[in-house]
Amino acid sequence: MFATGLSWYQITNIVNSSALAKHQLDMDMTDQVSIRNATLADFNAVLGLDTVGVPEEKPAYWNEIFNRYVTIGRDDGFFLVAEINNEVIGFIIAEVRAWEFGSSPCGWVFALSVSPTAREIGVGQLMLKEICLRLKKIGVTTVRTMVDRDNKLTLSFFRSQGLRTGRYIELEKSIDDI
Amino acid sequence: MKLHKASLFGLYAVLELASDPERQLSTIDIADKYGISTHHLAKVLRTLVRSGLVQAVRGVGGGYRFVGTPNRTTLLDVIELFEVLESELDAPIPSGQAGEAIIAELQSITQEIDELTKAVLDTTTLETALNSSRLRVKP
Repeated sequence: MFATGLSWYQITNIVNSSALAKHQLDMDMTDQVSIRNATLADFNAVLGLDTVGVPEEKPAYWNEIFNRYVTIGRDDGFFLVAEINNEVIGFIIAEVRAWEFGSSPCGWVFALSVSPTAREIGVGQLMLKEICLRLKKIGVTTVRTMVDRDNKLTLSFFRSQGLRTGRYIELEKSIDDI
Repeated sequence: MKLHKASLFGLYAVLELASDPERQLSTIDIADKYGISTHHLAKVLRTLVRSGLVQAVRGVGGGYRFVGTPNRTTLLDVIELFEVLESELDAPIPSGQAGEAIIAELQSITQEIDELTKAVLDTTTLETALNSSRLRVKP
């Protein structure tokens, strides 16, 4: 919910989905988005956003992530949140991984989520751009991520930001029957 | 992969028209730009009109214009108007059981390739393709 007391959906209905009006509204909303480092106070908001994408709470996992990237902090990893009017509406996490599978150091974006009420106003784009800038500052020239092939929304987003199928092919097998 | 000509012409037409939805282009305009058959493109455009992606504007100065949603329409959406993307393993039906396992394995491999192909085409929107193509144009 934004400061106006209206959801994004309601706002777009008011302007009768006029493409031009919506575009202007999108731009206005985008201007209100700010990106900052995550703090411990963001824990519950991040947990809530995470369950939007994967309907399974993982408190132990997030405790570990907050401990590693917020409490201790790392020079080669970034945990950012996006907010509008002090409300967290998205997060992104990336870290540098070097020489895994013979790959030279690259930035791995391993978590990204945007609230369904704040989509299509450029939140993901702003977060990805900011985290890429920070990775670039510490010498990284490539970013990489991994997305389920059925997750059209996230795959389309990364492709729209210029990411393409990389040189490394992910392989897997079930070992249930060993 | 090899797309049918109709799919390829469909992609040319849709992307060309979607690059400026306000603009109307004739079949000849598009065919000349891409060096393709006007006759074949005319048939493709009729399919695109029926799909609702393109509108035919009649009268003097008429032509076609894009009326779809560029960030909601994927390359696969356009291709599937003209063909079903499937690798056909042109293998004879084995008379004995011995060949079945090999054929099944080859089919699973072609299916693996198809799924990757579809994942790329189904997550590349017209808007993304147009944005990327604009970056290729040297200033």
